[in-house]
Amino acid sequence: MTIASRFRRARGAAVPHRKNTAELATIDMPVPREIVLPMQQHIGALCEPVVKKGDHVDVGSLVGHAPRGLSADIFSGVSGTVTAIKPVYYSSGKTDTTVVIESDGAQTVADTVAPPQVTDRASFLAAIKKSGLVGLGGAGFPTDIKLAPPNLEEIDLYVVNGTECEPYLSTDYREMMESADDVLFGIRETCKYLDIPNAMICIESNKPRAIEHLRALTKDDPPIEVKSLPSRYPQGAENVLVYNATGRVVPRGKRQTDVGVMLNNVTTMASIGRFLKTGMPLVKRRFTVSGDAVERPCNVQIVIGTRLRDVMDFVGLAKEPRKVVLGGPMMGNAQIDLDYPVIRQNNGVLVFSEEGMEQPKTTPCIRCGRCTNSCPMRLSPVAIRKAYATQDVKRLDELMADLCMGCGTCSFVCPAKQPLAQTSKLARDFMRAEMAKRRN
Amino acid sequence: MEHEDNVSRVRPLVLSTAPHVFDGISTQKVMLNVLIALVPTLVASAVIFGWRALLVTAVTTIACVLFEYLWCRLRKTAQTVGDLSAVVTGLLLAFNLPSTIPLYMAVIGAFVAIVVVKELFGGIGRNFANPAIVARIVLSVSFTAAMTNYAAPQIASFAPGTAGVDAVTSATPLAPSAPALPFLDLLLGVHGGVLGETCGLAILLGLLWLLATRTITFTIPGVYVGTVVVMSLITGHDAVAQVFSGGLLLGAVFMATDYVGSPTTFKGQVIFGVGLGLITCLIRFWGNMNEGVAYSILLMNLVVPYIEALTGATPLGGQKKKLFGKKKAEGGNE
Repeated sequence: MTIASRFRRARGAAVPHRKNTAELATIDMPVPREIVLPMQQHIGALCEPVVKKGDHVDVGSLVGHAPRGLSADIFSGVSGTVTAIKPVYYSSGKTDTTVVIESDGAQTVADTVAPPQVTDRASFLAAIKKSGLVGLGGAGFPTDIKLAPPNLEEIDLYVVNGTECEPYLSTDYREMMESADDVLFGIRETCKYLDIPNAMICIESNKPRAIEHLRALTKDDPPIEVKSLPSRYPQGAENVLVYNATGRVVPRGKRQTDVGVMLNNVTTMASIGRFLKTGMPLVKRRFTVSGDAVERPCNVQIVIGTRLRDVMDFVGLAKEPRKVVLGGPMMGNAQIDLDYPVIRQNNGVLVFSEEGMEQPKTTPCIRCGRCTNSCPMRLSPVAIRKAYATQDVKRLDELMADLCMGCGTCSFVCPAKQPLAQTSKLARDFMRAEMAKRRN
Repeated sequence: MEHEDNVSRVRPLVLSTAPHVFDGISTQKVMLNVLIALVPTLVASAVIFGWRALLVTAVTTIACVLFEYLWCRLRKTAQTVGDLSAVVTGLLLAFNLPSTIPLYMAVIGAFVAIVVVKELFGGIGRNFANPAIVARIVLSVSFTAAMTNYAAPQIASFAPGTAGVDAVTSATPLAPSAPALPFLDLLLGVHGGVLGETCGLAILLGLLWLLATRTITFTIPGVYVGTVVVMSLITGHDAVAQVFSGGLLLGAVFMATDYVGSPTTFKGQVIFGVGLGLITCLIRFWGNMNEGVAYSILLMNLVVPYIEALTGATPLGGQKKKLFGKKKAEGGNE
């Protein structure tokens, strides 16, 4: 540690926790009349629908088949009939294909669902490939690809991300409180087949009960350490978490696996555990519903593909919704309307009323330096914005704009409410595109 | 996703990019914290120099706000007086003037600060140097006599034998002819000087507020004053007198820490503070002026872009920038 770092203020920001659903046990939400399954519920290539209008599907039936490479199969969470295959338009301007399935209410389980036969690494990875699992912390990175990096032999530590640093959301916390056995089973099995000697479950200090609970369950299992980390956003951002938990710095342009760390979200680990036990692919998940317009904020066990409108009907709305955010308030996306379905990497929905949503006015930058001093990646958002304004790729490269992970801390702390996170993300994408062009 | 749905809705949902929550801080709140921190100094100046201190402060503050208001009106731009930064400039300007200053000069100072230094360069956040400092320097150069016509304090000194002496003017303790003052006089500000600089205690109270509200960090004032102390000890000057007389504390706490004219990184702030301390001591000890705080802040304000360029943080996972020598070819980075 250098002298300078001793004096440096803690990076990141003290965002409000607002975890009003944390101590509420998960409720099973009734199966909706109809589910909508977009063919992209992950990072990577679109799935190809393997059903057509009029087909019958069961719970756990394959609906979208993943092409080779980065993608993950999509399964039905209801039994019923495919009523439509139609396009969907997102608020980002992108389009996608969806499969609409009308539930028959029977919830018949498909006969393909059976616990996988896992004996070694190859059969383990093959099983995960058929589980439809993606990173459930929000990124949606296909799990089977993540678990098979080219340098698997160099990995000595499994970091399990249970920090849940986004305000409001409490699904990971509920996972640790209610399904700790699945979490630990998932970690132990994965470590066994991938031959990773140690695991570290990282939890923010604002969840003392989860830390205590998991410590009690792992006290006879020394390879699994439960680590308490300061509650400071964005503690759960991948590279930040690796650095804060282990001191290892992921070099620019590399991944966590390049510093010997495998990293997964705690809910992903629990889902691996459940899949190995039951063979039921990912068709349900825990989901936080909160925000000031929600009458009954809660955690629900939800069928993937349930429309937001059905979620709202279930929890009730106290006020007119004005802003609906899928995910946490720091990185989540605002939605155009309530007909969008919950997809597998969504961990919650926040519904804000007119009074509850924050739309602060932008004023001129006063050069206070809060953004630079808070950036967990130590970037300079104002300098990046200037370089982006002049489309200066060389300067963006010097400023390492590609390291921005879009956590939103700079916008959060800015007294002038400048849209710094937004310009940084634009700059990052612009720079990556330009660099790719130059390489070709 | 069906588009007919939007028609039935009374109002469409609000779309915006993340983040959707914000820290409660705003430019106005930052300025308000600075104003609160300036209150002890304002009270002290009124006690030490009497009602005219308040009059000068009122004139500069009203003039600063008015100039900014008029500027925005005439330029037909968004009104910015609500951010309170002009009020801060007005107070700081007054604190840099002696209580005897003719009021029209105070108004000229406000014009220089707000119109010339701030608005002509693009308004808040774009001034090339601290507006109040430049105004003080312009007034000192233009009206040297009036700017050094320090009124005597209206309350009794703690120095023995001076009680009851009805002095009209009084020299700054930094003047070579000035007698050495007892420490209590220096701390409480019972000596000649501009409005805001004499009472060290009030400034330190303000510093505590600024630190408690995290408006500033201790780096710049700490390094600045520390450098002056070290320089004084090396050159055989009275360090305590150097710290508590003249504009050092006022400058270090309120003027050098102005966001716009100071570096944002810890390293940059250390360089900035050392530079301020060195220039102040050079002027005070070997220059032909008694006071060097204003010029040191102006000079260091001007080199901030260079300090920033040299001290930018290395991003997590990025390679350290090489200041000297050839840059390494970035081959395996992508």
